[in-house]
Amino acid sequence: MPTFFERRQLVTPGDLIAEGAYIAGENTYVEDNKIFASRIGIVEYENKKVNIVALRAFYIPRIEDIVIGTIVEVGFNGWTVDINAPYQAILRASDVLSRPFKPQKDDLSQVLNVGDLIVAKIIAYDRSHDPQLTVGEPGLGKITRGQIVKITPTKIPRVIGRKGSMISMIKQETGCQIILGVNGIILITGKTLEEEELAMMAIRKIDEESHTSGLTDRVTQMLKEEKKNMEENKE
Amino acid sequence: MSQKSEKLIDKKGLRLDGRKPDELRQIKIEVGVLSNADGSAYIELGKNKILAAVFGPRELHPKHLALPDRMVLRCRYHMAPFSVQERKSPAPSRREIELSKVIRESLEPAIFLEYYPRTGIDVFVEVLQADGSTRCASITAASLALADAGIPMKDLVVACSAGKVDGTIVLDLMDTEDKMGEADLPVALMPNFNAVTLLQMDGNLSLEEFENALNLALEGCKKIYTMQKEALKAKYVGVKEEVEE
Amino acid sequence: MSSVITRVKQKQIAQLIAKGKRLDNRSATDYREIKIEQGIIERAEGSARVLLGKTEVMVGTKIETGEPFPDTPNEGVLTVNAELVPLASSTFEPGPPDENSIELARIVDRGIRESKAIDLEKLCIEPGKKVLVVFVDVYVLNHDGNLIDASALAALAALINTKMPNYEIEEGEMKIKSGYTPLPIRKRPITVTFAKINEKLIVDPWLEEEQVMDARLSMAIDDDGNICAIQKGCSGSIAPNQILEAAKIAKEKAEEIRKKLEW
Repeated sequence: MPTFFERRQLVTPGDLIAEGAYIAGENTYVEDNKIFASRIGIVEYENKKVNIVALRAFYIPRIEDIVIGTIVEVGFNGWTVDINAPYQAILRASDVLSRPFKPQKDDLSQVLNVGDLIVAKIIAYDRSHDPQLTVGEPGLGKITRGQIVKITPTKIPRVIGRKGSMISMIKQETGCQIILGVNGIILITGKTLEEEELAMMAIRKIDEESHTSGLTDRVTQMLKEEKKNMEENKE
Repeated sequence: MSQKSEKLIDKKGLRLDGRKPDELRQIKIEVGVLSNADGSAYIELGKNKILAAVFGPRELHPKHLALPDRMVLRCRYHMAPFSVQERKSPAPSRREIELSKVIRESLEPAIFLEYYPRTGIDVFVEVLQADGSTRCASITAASLALADAGIPMKDLVVACSAGKVDGTIVLDLMDTEDKMGEADLPVALMPNFNAVTLLQMDGNLSLEEFENALNLALEGCKKIYTMQKEALKAKYVGVKEEVEE
Repeated sequence: MSSVITRVKQKQIAQLIAKGKRLDNRSATDYREIKIEQGIIERAEGSARVLLGKTEVMVGTKIETGEPFPDTPNEGVLTVNAELVPLASSTFEPGPPDENSIELARIVDRGIRESKAIDLEKLCIEPGKKVLVVFVDVYVLNHDGNLIDASALAALAALINTKMPNYEIEEGEMKIKSGYTPLPIRKRPITVTFAKINEKLIVDPWLEEEQVMDARLSMAIDDDGNICAIQKGCSGSIAPNQILEAAKIAKEKAEEIRKKLEW
């Protein structure tokens, strides 16, 4: 029962990863009892399961995902939201307004307008319908301050780190609040612009080096050095 | 193809640009060159300079073009007015329309179209400078742009041409050889499955010559495939080497 | 009637083909009945009508004078156009030529051009300045599958039927004389199209077979058994050994069809 690549090796679409009694995981497909890669990424084995951690991928909605999106259209009874996915999402007016919705009287653009950012949760999605969102839970709703960074969605787990080690470290070093959208959009809110910049730098570094090892240490080191530079520049 | 006084293969068996009959032109490939496209790639094949970009999967406009059970692939092959000797009008020519179709049909077999119904993928190929076998170089670049966009694929698609020039079967035709030679055979391949996704020929080949030319083109495809994979991995390999020392 | 083919029918066709049979009892390498008529449109310089099963294609040729291409100053010009007229199928829409009609025209053109079927040098009136231009217009009247072979055959038949006006050059001017000369035809290229269905190749697909095929392969063969044009179509793939197998079959079928023609 052979495998043709070791873990953490880089593979491209069409590469044969394993043959025989293996289970096809993420970003793979099966043909003739053989498991192939369908995207460029790093090989990971979970016992007999073959996963490819994709380096280039786009977000596909899943129910329960927390996402950050942009309002792109104010409709008749709701809003169309860009969630950085092949499908645009819908946020119904009834979800946002706490009282019955009156189309004649209520001007939805007063509540949420084109260009507004929201943190939302996906409550419905299937192959024949666009994803539906809700903002009716604590922690969700319109974003009023902070900066947005966009990264490949498959790298979000790297930003979180093992048991949250990476994200806790960044929050600590930069003093920022960070909300991670599963769709690859990250909201950073700090007390100062410099703090936000630091956090953004850390995230961009993770985006570029996500396929390498020793990343947490290098990011920690970079943040400490940048903070020192900033303080020296102030004097 | 009338009487030609210029010989395309000299006494030493070398072609006009000094190549041996089974030699590829110099190739340079770079992936991820455009910041706005979801995926992109740039290729130089001899004097050819071609850029490919991919947008999607995204919702199709107009919506009635979308299919309920699969993605729609749209492809536009276009030559810049300054890409050829005599300025080419920017309006799509019949040749460009046909090439857009055959290029699309060469890429579709490699994409898992059923994964994302009701969406579309747009592939744009711009030939900035042309010197023969542009559709082959276009397919090689477009396939990388699709992988760069994170679109799930069965395999990369690679393409290469072969042909007959002064009675000799040759690999990778340049423009003069295409215009003045006896046959031109562009081929696209999914190498891991030995599946041909583009095959055209114009000229005159006996069945035996056709078999030789086809095999030569397939060999050429496999060589370019290695370069394609390297180009796709290059960005990541470089970063890994840099940081992990 | 909808152009969507039912899954049941798809399965039926695929199952039959796996056994080497087809819905109309043909074998994998049989053509449908071919009927050819020539000279039906008097206003055209040449014309032909081909019935391939129920697929019907009409081709008319017109001859005019024009300028040669700069890189072939001694040769006449051949130009092929195809129209998938709306009455031929519920799937054809009126409008400018779409990618399908452009592809069809270019495939028919390649078969004729690359086989050097027409002796274009005999169409030269004044080198570099004036030549005869042969317009070949392919008009698809009913689509029941395999438009390529029907169109290529009709185009060839129309060209063989084509007559050029007699002329002479008097003081550098072209003067039309009475009488006509047949267009100088040297070769009779025949195009053979295959459909790949469930890994099997079949010749001359009819409409419903085309709706389930993964790939299409057309090859134009000249009188010497050489291949002068190839076009793979549709979004599937073909294995190299199947391509070579198709070439052998195409050569045989082309010879068979050419023998049946009276010209």
